[in-house]
Amino acid sequence: MWSSPFITTPTTVSQIMLRVLIALFPGIALYVWYFGPAILVSITLASITALACEAAMLKLRNRPLKPFLSDNSALITGWLLALSIPSLAPWWLVVVGTAFGIVVAKHLYGGLGNNPFNPAMIGYAVLIISFPMHMTHWISPHGLGGIELSFAEQLNYIFSGVLPGGSTLDALTTATPLDTLKTQLHLGLPVDAIREMPIFGYLGGKGGEMVAIGFVIGGGYLLLTRVINWVIPATYLGTLFAIAAIFHLADPVHYVAPLFHWFSGAAMLGAFFIYTDPIGSPNSHKGQVIYAAGAALLTYLIRTFGGFPDGVAFAALLMNICVPLIDAYTQPKVFGKKGGGK
Amino acid sequence: MRQLFKFHGGVHAETHKAESTRTPIAQCAIPSKLVIPLHQHVGNRAVPTVQVGERVLKGQIIGRPEGRLSSAVHASTSGTVSAIDMQTVAHFSGLPDLCVTIIPDGNDEWIPHSGVDYKQTPHTELRHRLREAGIVGLGGAVFPSDMKSYSNKHKIKTLVLNGAECEPYITCDDLLMRERAADILHGAEVLRELLYAEEVLIGIEDNKPEAIAAMQQAVNDDRHARMEVIAVPTLYPGGGAKQLIRVLTGIEVAAGVRSTEMGVQCFNVATAWCAWRAITYGEPLLARIVTVTGNVERAQNYEVLLGTPVDELVVQAGSKPDTYKHIMGGPMMGVDLPSGAVGVTKATNCIIEASPAMFPPPQPAMPCIRCARCADVCPAELQPQDLYWFAKSDNFGKTQEFSLFDCIECGACAYVCPSHIPLVQYYRYAKNEIWQREKEQQAAELARERHEYRQFRIEREKQEKAERLAQKEKAALAAKPPAATPLPVAADQNADPNNTLQMRVDTDIARSNMQMRIDAATARAKEQAAAAQPKNTVALTPQQQAEIAEIEARRAKFHANASHSGADDESSKQ
Repeated sequence: MWSSPFITTPTTVSQIMLRVLIALFPGIALYVWYFGPAILVSITLASITALACEAAMLKLRNRPLKPFLSDNSALITGWLLALSIPSLAPWWLVVVGTAFGIVVAKHLYGGLGNNPFNPAMIGYAVLIISFPMHMTHWISPHGLGGIELSFAEQLNYIFSGVLPGGSTLDALTTATPLDTLKTQLHLGLPVDAIREMPIFGYLGGKGGEMVAIGFVIGGGYLLLTRVINWVIPATYLGTLFAIAAIFHLADPVHYVAPLFHWFSGAAMLGAFFIYTDPIGSPNSHKGQVIYAAGAALLTYLIRTFGGFPDGVAFAALLMNICVPLIDAYTQPKVFGKKGGGK
Repeated sequence: MRQLFKFHGGVHAETHKAESTRTPIAQCAIPSKLVIPLHQHVGNRAVPTVQVGERVLKGQIIGRPEGRLSSAVHASTSGTVSAIDMQTVAHFSGLPDLCVTIIPDGNDEWIPHSGVDYKQTPHTELRHRLREAGIVGLGGAVFPSDMKSYSNKHKIKTLVLNGAECEPYITCDDLLMRERAADILHGAEVLRELLYAEEVLIGIEDNKPEAIAAMQQAVNDDRHARMEVIAVPTLYPGGGAKQLIRVLTGIEVAAGVRSTEMGVQCFNVATAWCAWRAITYGEPLLARIVTVTGNVERAQNYEVLLGTPVDELVVQAGSKPDTYKHIMGGPMMGVDLPSGAVGVTKATNCIIEASPAMFPPPQPAMPCIRCARCADVCPAELQPQDLYWFAKSDNFGKTQEFSLFDCIECGACAYVCPSHIPLVQYYRYAKNEIWQREKEQQAAELARERHEYRQFRIEREKQEKAERLAQKEKAALAAKPPAATPLPVAADQNADPNNTLQMRVDTDIARSNMQMRIDAATARAKEQAAAAQPKNTVALTPQQQAEIAEIEARRAKFHANASHSGADDESSKQ
């Protein structure tokens, strides 16, 4: 005997999470196209680590393995982390980050649904603080004229740290567009001149901007399938655009145009895949607006005035902290108690 | 075109209504026995008025309404009362309740009955007739209709007739409206008269075009003025009274507020029909339309005598062998019946025969991922994910802060939950716990009051004892001549603190006041004892002497009690 309702929609947690993974495909495909297949290696490493850690923690916590291993949430953590860090990096980098995310940020807080912080972003934060050097070696996109490694050579580097004779890591990799912008501004160059440099594309960085468009396509799929709602992406991107526009209009020499902020770094990944994580975001639409606007403001501040090249991850973590407070202050009024009959 | 309003949330579940609307309402045969619960309505249980072995006639009252909020219960057909006892009833608690079992004689013999013309009858009598006819809300709430037909303080503008029938599978109102539209509207006129309502709005979900057409036809045929049939969008739970009122009028009736305070009253269409039969023909509520659907050969609506065992009803529809449960009501808010032996009640709008294939057991629940799909569909605009969290951790204060009691248990949240958490179950649990605790608190309060009063009484008695002892000694000393012996009596009569004290309340403040009064009274008594000349001790009438003796006797007894309870007090202190 169980109680009503006796029917439910067929939607499951596992299905929702699977849709998020599917939505990452276009971005990953474009990533492979522009930067080579090394990202697939780190995604595979992250997936294996995520599932292994998940299984181990479930075992330790005496939780059933099957329903939780098949809920796909660990894979999302792994994939998001792999996409947030350089793909040409020693194998242990992504393993350490994923393991920390799953073990500490997720399971030590009570597992699925109970983690106040986005596990992938925690993993990213740990890595960028502990291994800043490794976190700067981003593969140059195709067509920059640098040396390009074959897949076998990339694999060899990832697992044994050996580069083909004659090449150095510096020749193979480049700073990110956001990093370059920051450094060059520091050296006194105006924004216009900096953006003439070869690593910049039309909107953001060469290659990176296309990956960002891939994430937008995936985000559209998530919106259409109602896995996420429009409030967080729209508010986040809108606010980021507005702040960047104000600075850019006031001083175009020192502040880059808003579209650049949209299409470089992890802004699009954040807007559709990270800030929309339901577990660490507010429930009411009003709360989501505050949360996303705050995240956009922090992203901009960290990018423009902070010490780190990108601010998406730290903005996510800082806003995660605020969620209980935001929720407390944005409780929607219940039916019939909004004042006024009509 | 009337402007309609929206309510927040709602879900579109598969309606499954077509199965049971292909054939007209059928008469369900008189069963082998009727199990009629005496508590089929909101309020006090009806009191049985028949004896075991008594022959009853169709329409005879077998349970009379008790108290203000109650309703009568009748014999649905003629026969013999075979038992009046506790039996399992159609209620989610699964607890037994008092039922009258009748073995029908098959004659279906009516008790003499007659109706009135509602236009010529005082409202008080109309309401009395509704109560005596056992008319209650047939939409599922079973609230006594007479109690809803007042309009003394609040001027009611709109009478809403609820024909929305938003729950999947249920079609009893649909068929009733198709077949008996004219009488439903007559009933609506009776209710409009009782409420002094200006307009009647009939809300029907737009997935019932035949019913809408039939009702519209009836409005036109009988030239009902200011009565409108309105097709409302099909959206569960649009048939909830508050949701329908919102859609039709834009008015939001908050939890704990009566819609009449906002100028609206709402009745189900079937209630209107029954009210018409009760007033005009004097026919009490003896049967209702029940949809039998789900895992059956012939899904259909039946007019079923109240008390008909569910097992005997579903057999007529051809319940299939793999049926593993009977759901009373719809799949969203229905009750998993504890047994097929329970009788159909006034609340039984539908019986869904459930097979494991149609209604598989719930999947194991996953943790809440705070996706807030539940909040998106909640018609009460609550935050179900927070309520769940608080209810789960027994944080009942917080559940109330988050408006738990505004929850109408429509089940929309649990329906959409991707983690398949039985959310409504958690809310019911929290509500029950809170009610239980309130009850316990009241009981504790009462116990505390009793205890404090007892403490006070013991103290008072001790003091009186001491006081009297002192007075006696004093009197013995002061009044050597035997003539003075009755003195203390006189003093006591004038100023016995007992007389005033017994009336007193038992709070601490009162107790300290009391102490002052006792002291004052003692002082006064002493003064009087010292000053008074024994003026009333000579030449006492026999009557006075008898009185004195009586007082003495009472006092002796009282002392004995006091000392006894004093000892008792020590031993019983826990």
